[in-house]
This record gives sequence, C-alpha cells and structure tokens, in this order.
Amino acid sequence: MKNYFKNMKTITKVDYATYLGVIAAFVIVTLLQSAGMLTRSMTGMLVPICCYICMAVSLNLTVGILGELSLGHAGFMSVGAFSGVIVSMSLQSSVPNELVRLVLALVVGAILAAVVGFVVGIPVLRLRGDYLAIVTLAFGEIIKGIINCLLVGWDENGLHIALNIDGTKTMDSLHLEEGAIQIIKGAQGAAGNHRIATFTAGFVLVMITLIIVLNLVRSRTGRAVMAIRDNRIAAESVGINVTKYKLIAFVTSAALAGAAGALFGLNYSSVSADQFDFNTSILVLVYVVLGGLGNIWGSIIATVVLYVLPEALREFSDYRMLAYAVVLILVMLATNNERFKAALSRVIPKRRKGAAVNG
Amino acid sequence: MEFLSYLITGISLGSIYAIIALGYTMVYGIAKMLNFAHGDVIMVGGYVAFYSMTYASGSLLGDSPSAVATGLSTLVCVLLAMAVCTVLGIVIEGLAYRPLREAGSLAVLITAIGVSYFLQNAAQLLFGANPKNFTPVISGQLTLFGGQLRISYVALLTVVACIVIMVCLTLFTNRSKMGKAMRACSEDKGAAQLMGIHVNRTISMTFAIGSALAAIAGVLLCSYSPVLLPTTGSMPGIKAFTAAVFGGIGSIPGAFLGGILLGIIESMAQAYISTQLSNAILFAVLIVVLLVKPSGLLGKYVPEKV
Amino acid sequence: MKKKQIAAMLMAGAMCMGMLAGCGSKDNTGSSDSNVFTVGVVGPLTGDAAIYGTNVVNAAQIAVDEINALGGDIQFQLISADDVNDPETSVNAYNQLMDKGMQMLVGTVTSKPALSVSPLSNEDRVFTLTPSASGDDVIEGNDNTYQVCFTDSNQGSRSAQYIDEHFDDAKIAIIYKNDDPYSQGIRDTFAAEAKTRGMDVVYEGTFDSSSQTDFNVQLTGAQSAGADLLFLPIYYTPASVILTQANAMGYAPTFFGVDGMDGILTADGFDASLAEGVYLLTPFSADAQDEATQNFVNEYKERHNGETPNQFAADAYDAVYILYEAIKASGVTPDMSNEEICDGLIQAMGDLSVVGLTSAGSEMTWDDNGAVSKDPAAVIIKDGTYVTP
Repeated sequence: MKNYFKNMKTITKVDYATYLGVIAAFVIVTLLQSAGMLTRSMTGMLVPICCYICMAVSLNLTVGILGELSLGHAGFMSVGAFSGVIVSMSLQSSVPNELVRLVLALVVGAILAAVVGFVVGIPVLRLRGDYLAIVTLAFGEIIKGIINCLLVGWDENGLHIALNIDGTKTMDSLHLEEGAIQIIKGAQGAAGNHRIATFTAGFVLVMITLIIVLNLVRSRTGRAVMAIRDNRIAAESVGINVTKYKLIAFVTSAALAGAAGALFGLNYSSVSADQFDFNTSILVLVYVVLGGLGNIWGSIIATVVLYVLPEALREFSDYRMLAYAVVLILVMLATNNERFKAALSRVIPKRRKGAAVNG
Repeated sequence: MEFLSYLITGISLGSIYAIIALGYTMVYGIAKMLNFAHGDVIMVGGYVAFYSMTYASGSLLGDSPSAVATGLSTLVCVLLAMAVCTVLGIVIEGLAYRPLREAGSLAVLITAIGVSYFLQNAAQLLFGANPKNFTPVISGQLTLFGGQLRISYVALLTVVACIVIMVCLTLFTNRSKMGKAMRACSEDKGAAQLMGIHVNRTISMTFAIGSALAAIAGVLLCSYSPVLLPTTGSMPGIKAFTAAVFGGIGSIPGAFLGGILLGIIESMAQAYISTQLSNAILFAVLIVVLLVKPSGLLGKYVPEKV
Repeated sequence: MKKKQIAAMLMAGAMCMGMLAGCGSKDNTGSSDSNVFTVGVVGPLTGDAAIYGTNVVNAAQIAVDEINALGGDIQFQLISADDVNDPETSVNAYNQLMDKGMQMLVGTVTSKPALSVSPLSNEDRVFTLTPSASGDDVIEGNDNTYQVCFTDSNQGSRSAQYIDEHFDDAKIAIIYKNDDPYSQGIRDTFAAEAKTRGMDVVYEGTFDSSSQTDFNVQLTGAQSAGADLLFLPIYYTPASVILTQANAMGYAPTFFGVDGMDGILTADGFDASLAEGVYLLTPFSADAQDEATQNFVNEYKERHNGETPNQFAADAYDAVYILYEAIKASGVTPDMSNEEICDGLIQAMGDLSVVGLTSAGSEMTWDDNGAVSKDPAAVIIKDGTYVTP
C-alpha cells in the first residue's frame, strides 16, 4: 500500500488529497454542527458555499483547462436554478419525498443547462479571446432577459408557460385553475419555494463535480482540451477535433453550473433572474483566478475564503466592501507581481509554501 | 415623427456610449487590458462636476447670474472634473495596473474589478447613498415641424461633443508624436522601447486621455439621465465595452460606430419590440455581428502566427 | 511541488477552517442583559438601494433612543446588518443577527429580500415587522410577519379608483419597474382595477434595475399614444428622472405617483419646480406641520448632516413604536424565548391600534394576515408642499 502511494504520480496524489480534503471538511463541519458548535450564520452559508464551489470548479474547466474566458457562467446557474425550482414545485404532489425531488431537480437543472450550453457553445467557441468573452457576457444577459419575461404556473393540467414580451401579460394570462401554484412571476422571479436543499446534498454535488472534472482533466479528452488551450494550431495539426473537445469541456461546465444553480435555487424561498447577472459571473471568475487557473483545489479554497470574507468583514460595517476591494487588489498584486513576491520572500523566508497556494 | 424622435434618442444615447467606448478602446489598444473600472471613473467625473456646479451656483455666482457667467462656470466645472479624473486615471494605472504589466491578462482583469468595487464603495462613503439629481449643463429644446419634433439641447450637445472628440482623437493618434508613440506601443512594446519610446509614460498618457474622456462622458451622461449614484457608471460601462467590441476593439472609428449603432438598436428595440427584452435583443445583434465578422465591424483581422 | 504543495494545501485548508470558526466565535445566544430587547434591522446599507436601508436604520435608532430615554421597563438595543438588497446576502445578514441574539426583526426593508427572509423568521418564530416591504407575498402565509406600510394591491386599486373618480376620460400611460415586486404588484392591481372600471390605458412601458436612468423611449411612446395622465408606481429616484426628461422633451401630462414618490421634493439637486402638480398617495410628509413629525424630522436632520428623512424612515420610526406598544400590551419580557415573544406579540397585534407618523392622525390596526389598515390619501404638490386636492 505504502509502495503504491509512493509510486503514484504527484498529480494523482493532489487529486486524492483534494477528495480527502473535501471529505474531511464535510466530516468536521457535520460533527461541529451536530455538537451545536456552528453559529446560524455559518450553517446558513454552507449550502451556498457548496454551490459556489461547484460554480468555481466548473468555470475553472472553461477558463483554466480550456483557456477561454467566460463572463456569462451565471447564466447557466440561472437556467439550473429556475428549472430546478419549476421541477421541485410542480412535482410537490406527485413526488412527496423531498430527497427524490431534490435529485430530480438537480438532474433536470443540469440537463437543461447543458442544452443551453450546447446551443451557446456552438457559436461562442468559434470566436477567440476577448470577443469570446463578450459573447459569453451577451448570452448571460440574454438568458437573464428571457427569464425576466417568463411566466410559469402549475395546476392539475400540468405546466403553463408564457413569455411576457410586451409587458402586458400577468399571471392571469396563464389561465390557471383553482389551487394552482404560481411558480415564476416574470422579473419578480420565483417566491414561496420550498427550501429542500441540504448541506449533505451540497457535499455530494461537490464530490460529483470533482469526480467529473478531475477525471475529465486527467483523461485523454482532458489532455486534448489542454493541448488546444496551449496551442490550438498544433493540436489541430495532430488531428484533434478542436470544436468537439471545446464543446465537451464547455457543455460539461454548463451542466455542472446548472446543477449548482438548482441546488442554490432550492436553498432560498425566493430567487429572481437578476441575482444571476454579470456581477455573479465576475464573482465566480474572481474565485477561479485567485484560486489559480486550472487548479481545482485552489478554486475550492478561494471560494470558501472569499465567500466567507465579506461576512467576516461585517464588523467593519460601512467599510466592509471597501475592505473587500482592497484585499482583492492587494492579493492580486501580491501573487502576480514578481518584485512584490521577491520582497515578500525576503521578509518571510518560508513564503514558498504559501506561494504555492496561488499556484 | 415618432420614428425620428426614437432615432434621435438612440443617436444621443449612442454618442454617450461612443465617448465611453473611445476610452475603453484606447486603453485596450495599448495596454491590452479590459479596464472594468472605466465606468466608475465616469461616476467620479459626474460627482466632481455635480459638487463643483452646486458650489458655483450656490456661492460663487450671484442670485441672477448672466448666461455668460453660468456658461463659463459650467465649463470650469467640467474642466475640473476632467482634471480630477485624469489624475485618478494615472494614479490607478500606476498603483494597480503597472505592477501587473508582466502578469497574465486575467490577473489584470480581476484587479480592474477590484478597483471598480473600490471606487464604487469609496464613492458611497464619500458622497452618501442618496441619489443626486444632476442639473443638465444646458436646458431647453429645439422645436421642429411646428412642435411635432422636439430635440433637447443636451442631445444635440452630446452628438456634437462625440463627433468633435472622435475627430480630435483620430488627428491626435495619427499626427502627433505622442499619438504615434501610442500606436507604436500598441503594435509592439518591446520594439517601441528599443526605438526610444518611453513605454510606461505612453501608457500613463493613454490612461490620462481615457479618463479625461470618461469625465466628459460622465457630465453628458448625467445631463442626459440626471440621476447620480455610486453605481451610475457600471451599466453604461458594460454597454460601452460591448460597443467597443461591436465596432472592433482597439479601433477609434470602430468605437464611435459601435457606440452609435448600439444606442440606435437599444432605442428601437425598446420602442418597437419590447422594453423588457431590449438588452437581450441588443446582445443578440452583437452576437450575430461577431459571428459574421469575428473581430467587430471595423476591427483589424489579425491572422494567427503558426 | 509534491510534498510542499500538499503541505501548503493542508495549511490553507486549516486556515479556512480557522476563518470559518473565527467568524462565528462571537456568538452570544440570547441577550446577555435581561432587561433589554434586541431588535434587528436587515436592509440595504450599501449598493444602489442603500438610501432606503440607511434611512430605516437611522430612524429606528432615533425611536430606540427616545424609548430608552423614557427609562421605562421596556428597553431596546438595535443591531443591524447589510443585505445589499440581495436575497442571498439577506439570508446571511439575518443569520448573523440571529447569532447576535436578535429577538425581533424590523425588516427587511425591501420586498425582494423579504420574500427570502420572512419564511425563515416564520420558521424560527421571530416576530417580524417590516417597515417598508409592501409586497402582498411578504405577509402571505407568514403569521409572524406584519407590515407598517400599505400593501401593494391596496395602493394599486386605490390609485385606479381615485383616477377614475377625478379624471374623466383620462388616457392613461403606465411606466413601471418590472423586476421590482413593489412596482409590478401595484401595476398589476391597478391594471386589473382599471379594466373592470373601463378606464383607458393607452400605453405601458417597463424598465428594470439596469435601465432605470433613461426613459426617453417610454416617454416618447406615451406621448405619441396621446396619454395625458402618467401613472408612476415607482420610487422617487427614477421618477425624478422621468420628470426631468419629460420636461426636456416638452411633454407635460398629469403625473400620478404612489407612496414611493414621496421624497421627490427633497431629492438632492432635483429642481422641485418640476414636481409642481404631481399627484401622489402618501402616508408621510416631511413637511407636515404636526409636532411629532417636526420633532422627528428635526432630530433626524440634526443627527445626519441635514438630510431629510423619507417615508422609509418614518415607517421604521413607527415600527419601533408599534413594537413598543405591542410589547406593553402583551407583557412579554426580554428573558422569554423568541417563540414566546413572537406568540405574545401576534396575540397583541390583533387588538393593537397605534397612531404614528405615517397614519395621518388616524389609528393603524392590523388584520390576521399582517396587513395594516390605513387609507392611502392622495395629495397634490403645490408650491413645494403637499396639499390635499
């Protein structure tokens, strides 16, 4: 056994350590929770943290592994969140078991987000660099715009869906029967949802995301994707189907974001489309970049730290977001400026270990 | 008539986008970075103009100032806003972006976002969360066709300012020594440096010009839609960024064209299709254009080196 | 690489756990001082809705200080948390206040976060009195949640009724904010009521948070549709833009606003002469001459650099006094559990009637649902003040 571990590649070791780290964190948090040592605010943050970890890891697949800057990742989260909410609300009577409903919602969220990802990916991946970035931003805004017009209700006859394009339709236009559930009310979003997301579900989703992403990255497909990132023309010349591999990475990333979105949507009593705007995409991108491009466990840690940071900074009250901005700028300068790094390593000789965090 | 007034609305809105986009595109052209804090420099420009104009009308000018005095004081206030934004632009570049010149583009992008958060929150602490109602720099409207068509002077001023700025910038980059240095830097920084061009100074200069433009855009934006908040700049910033890409990022006429077209599309979509979906339509048009012309309307196509 | 990286990773992991633990270390369950009720406020203190949240916190603090100065048995301690007008952050803010031992919630300030927070507070049995989240869904199904402001549906139908009675054959245009439950809610009931009354709505224009600074297109649309009355179920900030832009276009219909329009006269830098002749429904006016309002407005201005409090502030001020009265009536004490306090207060709310800044001299009462009964009164702006038409 010891020998087996010794012979393992470092990369594989890091992967296993990532799994182990996540499991250990889950166990510790669960133990603390059952011992009543977690405060309300910490317990409340567990599920969103899991969602954002999945978002960050899946975005890392697009930005870090595939090497394409995406500014519209929140759009997929939005698709997942709303489809998840629709599934969960409309199956209330037919599937009383919350866990089954949650799983169904996550699966449907992931599938729909994957479909949208496919539709978006075909045109987007033909572009390059900043043009690709702006088109992903555009798709994010389009998704937001469409969901803002969406009216969805459910009654005995099934789902009623309408697009409120000219602004004159209301929930009454759906002609719902008595005892119907109004699920999505246009730009106001969905309210009155059942909160069925749990931390355990979040943990399982994080593990599934990790397994999918890490296995994809270490597989033949992943190597092809990374070859495209490093040199597209060289990859093409050795016969790698660029479009196919780009799409695989992009759609996988979208599907995982969709599942994360569904979990997120089911963790709150209300969600609205403008929660998943450009700023949310940027927020997740910040997690990915600070965690290190292509570095999966870096994304996880960056997400946890940066999600908790604004909450931990509440003591500064009015200066909270200002402090957050300053920390963000300083960290970027500290981790990316050679002179700054050198100066730091002179002050703190053991800085090397810390530096790897930002790999 | 309706159509004409929608068109004029679109053009004047587009002119504001164009002025902001010019700032974006110049900075992108030379520093190869998306300066997300650009929109917030606009907001700072707006606040400086607001406070200096309030001060001028409250304390400096008498009860019934002459038109010339009001005009002059407004001009001074705009110049003050430009000066403050120029300094701010240089400071931001020097403190936050210059140390990252050798780092990856994403690192600079995130830093720019950090700067954007910083400016917004600093503005809220300094100026308060209370929205400020900006007094337009000029008031009144031009009445045509016996009252059927009215064009506000602000709209006219915006369009004129935009064209003047575009022409000046084109002349500046093509004719002046500094402008040539900028173009050289945007082509190849290393080679430019070997030719004796001070690259850092040139980039600082670009930020200074871009920020001064942002101040003008701020004053015009606030005259056009007279409410000033710490977040005022962010949405126009994103739209202008889109406009810059639309026209071909790095190209000055491209930014102008992109801005105007974006304004017209937005206003037409709101008027004739759906106010709800106007942003979605605008972005859909952008996507279609980029698919047909992958480097924007007037962007240079750069073939990949193998 | 190798070992070092793994070591670094473990270190970082440990750091995170430390941070998580650190941010929760200050938990004191229940109030340490048994004579003091801990009242929480959740609202936007930063971001573009910050004006509403800051007004609520400031005004609530004034009310708390006044009550504490009375030196009676009932003493308050006010704690507040920022939610940036975002449902997600709002839940975090609420949880944070729970950790600090909140016993009653004055919040949330805005409707959207309220839809996420009220179900939580209902589950936790924390008595909730929202000063300004007027959405009908906010109180629906949450027996612990009460409102100080009118519900949206109430205002929508009242506005339609008033317009129908006072403006014959008005051609009505509506401009509303479709991602705001407040604005959409009023518009929906207004449109429904207008339809049953056979009123003539000739144009409807929408905007959302990302487009609330430019209304040229909507105004041109309304103008060319021949609208002579513009119904604006929106807050005063976008309304001030509409008034300015309509003026620049030379379009002068009758403007009819709702309670969100209050504050327009004191908007920083706004040319108040543009608001002449604007109708609005309002529960509160900072210019009102009665003693209570004047005292409150002066106190607020003194504490906050001469800023004029808006209707949110008045609602929050009333909210604290309503809590005070309800506590007096129910006899709950700070050492009770949240559930006991909540049940006690719910019981008391049924019979409670309070006169406040926002009730125009009459008494506010509450129905079982949690909606307040006070009639929206229409006023017109004349010479820079509100006048009953």
